[in-house]
Amino acid sequence: MIWSWIPQNWSLIWQLTWENAKLGVLSALYGLIISLPLGIIAARWRWVYPPTLAVVNVVYAVPSLALWIALIPAFGLTDTTVIIGLTAFSLCVILPNVVEGLRAVPAPVRQAATAMGYGATRRLVMVELPLAAPVIIGGLRVGVVASISLASLGQLIGVSSLGYLFIDGLQRSFPTEIYVGLVCVIVLAVICDLLLVGVRRVLTPWQPRRQVALAQWPGLQRVALRRGAA
Amino acid sequence: MSFFSYAWDWVTTSANWQGSDSIPQQIIAHLGYTVLPLLIAALIGIPLGVAIGHTGRGAVLVVNLANAWRAIPTLGLLILLAVYLGFSILTWLIPLVVLAIPPIIINAYEGVAGVDPDVKDAAKGMGMTPWQQVTRVELPIALPLLLVGLRTATIFVVATATIAAYIGLGGLGRFIIDGLASNDYGPVAGGALLVVLLAVLVLALFAVLNRLVVPVGLRKQAELGRTE
Repeated sequence: MIWSWIPQNWSLIWQLTWENAKLGVLSALYGLIISLPLGIIAARWRWVYPPTLAVVNVVYAVPSLALWIALIPAFGLTDTTVIIGLTAFSLCVILPNVVEGLRAVPAPVRQAATAMGYGATRRLVMVELPLAAPVIIGGLRVGVVASISLASLGQLIGVSSLGYLFIDGLQRSFPTEIYVGLVCVIVLAVICDLLLVGVRRVLTPWQPRRQVALAQWPGLQRVALRRGAA
Repeated sequence: MSFFSYAWDWVTTSANWQGSDSIPQQIIAHLGYTVLPLLIAALIGIPLGVAIGHTGRGAVLVVNLANAWRAIPTLGLLILLAVYLGFSILTWLIPLVVLAIPPIIINAYEGVAGVDPDVKDAAKGMGMTPWQQVTRVELPIALPLLLVGLRTATIFVVATATIAAYIGLGGLGRFIIDGLASNDYGPVAGGALLVVLLAVLVLALFAVLNRLVVPVGLRKQAELGRTE
């Protein structure tokens, strides 16, 4: 480990981290933006969900690198190629959580909202989406962490990201550079993950802390709600 | 020409199916890189996930850790080990095991933790020992989610074994990495197509496995209870 390498290359490290963050975060956000309407439709019209889930499962199985390669003829070796591929990946992680989250809203809550005179749209925005938020954000957390990590692979098709430090480090047999790349990717992902935990706390202040910790995970949320209902 | 025409032309060129480093050989090498890491990850992940799910101890910690764990970039870890260990087995084995563990643990944990408390009480009430409760009641009920975890891990490993070629190892990534290096899109597209086909084959395999080992009543739950 040659520590002096880090300050000497500070601007490079910073630039690569920024590019990597942009690729990963944008992909996860686009994934969320597409998942929300699709998830709302799939939660409302139940027959839509099984075929959607089948498609999602197949897309999820397509390796990001392979998807990028398939996109090269259309979009070249660009950020767009990487972002489209990672958006597809995040979508597969987030969409099931949107559907699960909306479906897990207890029927009495929905009925109460209706009885208070809420229309379908207002009920969705004011009641159902806020209650589903922890589960949706749980999916988003997985999406953003995985996207940031996968974005480093973008360097294989020449798209600038923290993967540069791995590849350059290998060519020069220089472990310091590889360590820096690893640490930057992990720290970046963990920061985004924690930011989302913060967002969830702000959005769902009614949830007690301990339960919140459990509710981040869709399965637990389901279990928690099922147990609450029983 | 589109991706598919490039890929199709390359895959159907008979010369690519013969000799050393041909398609069949690289597929076998690729599967070789897939099986061992999965076995090891399953041996670590399933007992750990089941134990956490059964006792409920350490659940919050492990669940959060598993998410941060996903942040570890496989390419970086692979290259780091390559610099230190060269071409040893551990160089490709460790990153792929690391990759496969989170989905296996999370799903094993969720499967066991999600067993209906009434069922657990009934098992206890019948005088089953903790070991019997786990092996005869909780594991069979958790089986659909266990399979989902193994499927996700398998898909991850099949997809990621591709980058083993970056440090000079074999597998289907060989075609992709070499093609990218020489600006030859044919093998790149062909290699990518074969990896996708392999991944879809894994999906099909697990669908069959699901039919064979999971009781009918539990199947629906597994299809809807997907978590990664």
